[in-house]
Amino acid sequence: MTDTTAAKEYRYITKKRRVTEDRRFITGRGNFAADYNLPGMLHVAMVTSPYACAEIKGINAEAALALPGVRYVLTGAELFENINPLLSGLDLPNIKRIPLAHERARYAGEWVAAVVAESRHIAEDAVELVEVDYNPIDFVIDPEEAMQPEAPLVHPQHGSNILCDKSWVWGDVDGDFDAAPHSLAFRARWSRCSTIPIETFVVTAKWDEGKELLDVWASIQMPKYPEQIARALSLPVNAINVHFDVDVGGSYGLKRGIRQTVIVSYLTRKLRAPVRFNEDRLENMSGGEMHGPDRIFDMEVAFDDEGIMHSLKIKATDDAGCYPGRAPLQLGKPVSAIVGPYRIKSASYNAISVTTNKTSQEAVRGFGQAPTNFAIEAMVDKVARKLGMDRDEVRRRNMIRADEFPYRIPSGSEYDSGDYHTVLDKLQTSAGWQELLTKRDAIRAEGKLAGVGISTCLEPSGGNSSFEPFFNPKNDTTTWMESCLIKVDMLGSITALMGTSTSGQGHESLLSVVIGEILERDPDTIRGVHAESLGALPSNSPVGSRMAIMLGGAAAGAAEKIKKQLLEIAAHNFQLPVDRLIYDGGDISVEGDPDKVMNWHLLIDIAHRQYHKMPLGSEPGLQAQHTWEVPTGGALPAEDGTVQMYPCYAFEAHIPLIAIDPDTGQVEILDYHMGHDCGTVLNPDIVRGMSLGGIAHGIGAALYEKFEYDEGGQHLSGSFMDYLLPSSHEIPHVEMVKHYTPSPLTTFGQKGSGESGYLGAPAAIASAVNDALAPLGKSIDTLPMRVRDIEALLNGQTE
Amino acid sequence: MSEHKITLTVNGREMSGHAEARLTLVDFLRDVLGQTGTHIGCEHGVCGACSVVMDGKPVRSCLMFAVMADGHEITTVEGLEGPNGELSPLQDAFWENHAMQCGYCTPGMLIATHTLLQENPDPDEAEIREAIGGNLCRCTGYQQIVEAVQMAAKKVQEAS
Repeated sequence: MTDTTAAKEYRYITKKRRVTEDRRFITGRGNFAADYNLPGMLHVAMVTSPYACAEIKGINAEAALALPGVRYVLTGAELFENINPLLSGLDLPNIKRIPLAHERARYAGEWVAAVVAESRHIAEDAVELVEVDYNPIDFVIDPEEAMQPEAPLVHPQHGSNILCDKSWVWGDVDGDFDAAPHSLAFRARWSRCSTIPIETFVVTAKWDEGKELLDVWASIQMPKYPEQIARALSLPVNAINVHFDVDVGGSYGLKRGIRQTVIVSYLTRKLRAPVRFNEDRLENMSGGEMHGPDRIFDMEVAFDDEGIMHSLKIKATDDAGCYPGRAPLQLGKPVSAIVGPYRIKSASYNAISVTTNKTSQEAVRGFGQAPTNFAIEAMVDKVARKLGMDRDEVRRRNMIRADEFPYRIPSGSEYDSGDYHTVLDKLQTSAGWQELLTKRDAIRAEGKLAGVGISTCLEPSGGNSSFEPFFNPKNDTTTWMESCLIKVDMLGSITALMGTSTSGQGHESLLSVVIGEILERDPDTIRGVHAESLGALPSNSPVGSRMAIMLGGAAAGAAEKIKKQLLEIAAHNFQLPVDRLIYDGGDISVEGDPDKVMNWHLLIDIAHRQYHKMPLGSEPGLQAQHTWEVPTGGALPAEDGTVQMYPCYAFEAHIPLIAIDPDTGQVEILDYHMGHDCGTVLNPDIVRGMSLGGIAHGIGAALYEKFEYDEGGQHLSGSFMDYLLPSSHEIPHVEMVKHYTPSPLTTFGQKGSGESGYLGAPAAIASAVNDALAPLGKSIDTLPMRVRDIEALLNGQTE
Repeated sequence: MSEHKITLTVNGREMSGHAEARLTLVDFLRDVLGQTGTHIGCEHGVCGACSVVMDGKPVRSCLMFAVMADGHEITTVEGLEGPNGELSPLQDAFWENHAMQCGYCTPGMLIATHTLLQENPDPDEAEIREAIGGNLCRCTGYQQIVEAVQMAAKKVQEAS
């Protein structure tokens, strides 16, 4: 990796540090949800619908219940009577979602009944014995067909398959289109895929009758999880204890198992035994939360002879699958960066969420931004091609300049900082842009197809919830706080608590390095702890690339309070004002009199034991908590349809070189380069790893991954044999170049990086494939660009 | 379903337990013997998370029944440490290179590359990628894993 920026000098952050969490993973000592084995635990397996849509006329569980070891069969009808419907992202009062199908199954693979048995094996045996009387009815799979008036309704009581259809116009779009000499329009398709983790969703719940307390161990990554459980079960939140110290085996946004949690929580109370549901891969891929955005973009752009883009129209039609959940909101986040890194002065956006008889869509890494970035970048490439200009030059002419920040885009979000031109320059230099083009031409000269791709994309980070009130006026949430509690114990060691689980982001390491930096103490001596929800302060979980910013900010705020308390203790004992004191590594000395020093252990001993040496009226012990509001958050969307979404905007540029076998359509990635600027980097290995992993996810989305349905509405991608995940053979070595433009809004200037790579790689691969196809006068704007799609295109069978 | 007594050597220790004929080796290791370091990803032999070493060769413990392992010698991720809990050079290199994020595929990756290094102490990048080609990772994009194996190989060679 090339590192070309002289960063500000810090003690611990920005420097290479081993990641605390890794030690338990390399020795087989992780604590994943399936590793918790409770005595007397029962196991769940799901009866699934074989139909895309069917009335459930009756369920006969007699034979299943007669099987030795089977304890219960739970149906949707029973759940419907006993729990509250699950939270929806939109205000859709007529669509009630409960965890098992009730009266009607709405997609093939939907969970219709939960069999509970003494082992998972017995539960699976019994699933075969449950007789469900179905009456198959008409269904709809294609989102555009679903919008036709004659289409079968997924939720008849809603009266339409359109869940939301919202339009915004920011600036003089019509005027800018009229004034521009050129415009072009095209359709781009991002197919249903996601960032599927290797661990499925696993949850165990145990009702403690003596304490009247529900303990939950789950592989969860979701905001307000305990509150959602409480609402569904009509329990107070303080009757639920979520054990956030469970290690989550990957999530990337997807692990939102509220249905699974409600099922086992209901069952453990009913059956008075701990209950686990450990999805198998088919339950996970067909019935679980694995499906991501499924989007059709109709794009239009107005531009001039110089390649300057003046205005942009985006219509995004998204197939939410059968329940609204978070899917429609994934159309909302892209509003935060609707013009990408470009100085486009007006834009319109029509966001349509459609329900179909498919598995529900869930949140995926980037929350809708990766598809949008792909469509915007395809547009820029088309502008370049139309004008016969270089693709990098068109980007350079349109990108916001470093001296223009903070920069307010037409939809109302203010980009905090950036230096896009420098990052692109650095990347093109380190990648050897001209050499890559020469290499490409040499491959072409051999009769093969070859292309160089380019993308320049943004990662909105620091996740707030502005898209919620933006899409649902009844939701007036304006804070997505994060918290940290720091305790310095009597013997001087530091413990920091967070109220969330981790799925690979290294939050324990994050807490220790941030607190170490502020208190100037060795991070290896600081313990970060995932508090149980009953012992935790408010958190909104690691979504929206927010934890470096938000948990980092909360930890820094709490550490500053500890430092202030130490200074006050020293000031009281020296009988001097605080501004005469020097804090150095936890010891405090008097300015100009270095012999007068109170060391860390003495100060802490005073705080814990010697109240007679404490400032009058102060609180004994040494602890501090800080809850931080998202910077730039706190406001509802404005009347004019503008909104400040995420606070921080990281930038990434990608350049791959690919070759395509003209006979088979097989794409081979020969070179891959990425330039990345996410401000100050707290731990370089963690950020680099996220970017590299994000690129792998992006390559999967661009070339391989798709949840496929047949005409009968059957899901065809329920296993890793059918849903193609890229391996070490498909993912290339990536060369990275870093740049560091600090954010003015965060503690150390850090921005988010949890979605990096994924937000630019699909666009870059698509750009490369289209560069390879350009000499043939062909192009493809549908992802994934699979071998058979490219082969068909090359042989003239499509488009 | 018939029950069988199974005795095998796990990480140098003889262990035994009872299993139905249909119980997979990975379920036996995890649920009967309590060796939860080995993970289950797909249960159809694609992802490699459940890899263990049997008699010196890496196998998918989700594709084997426990009864098939009766009398055999198994090494799991828990057996890679030295006798006093010291990290193997490979484990240490995984840590140094942050060759993981969530840690879920890591046991399988360690088993695959541990076996590689025993057979080929000086693998090139292509050989490392080949060795982990049957192990899926969704966090890292594989690069830091490749780098870790390269570092481990170099360290072992320098030490010998």
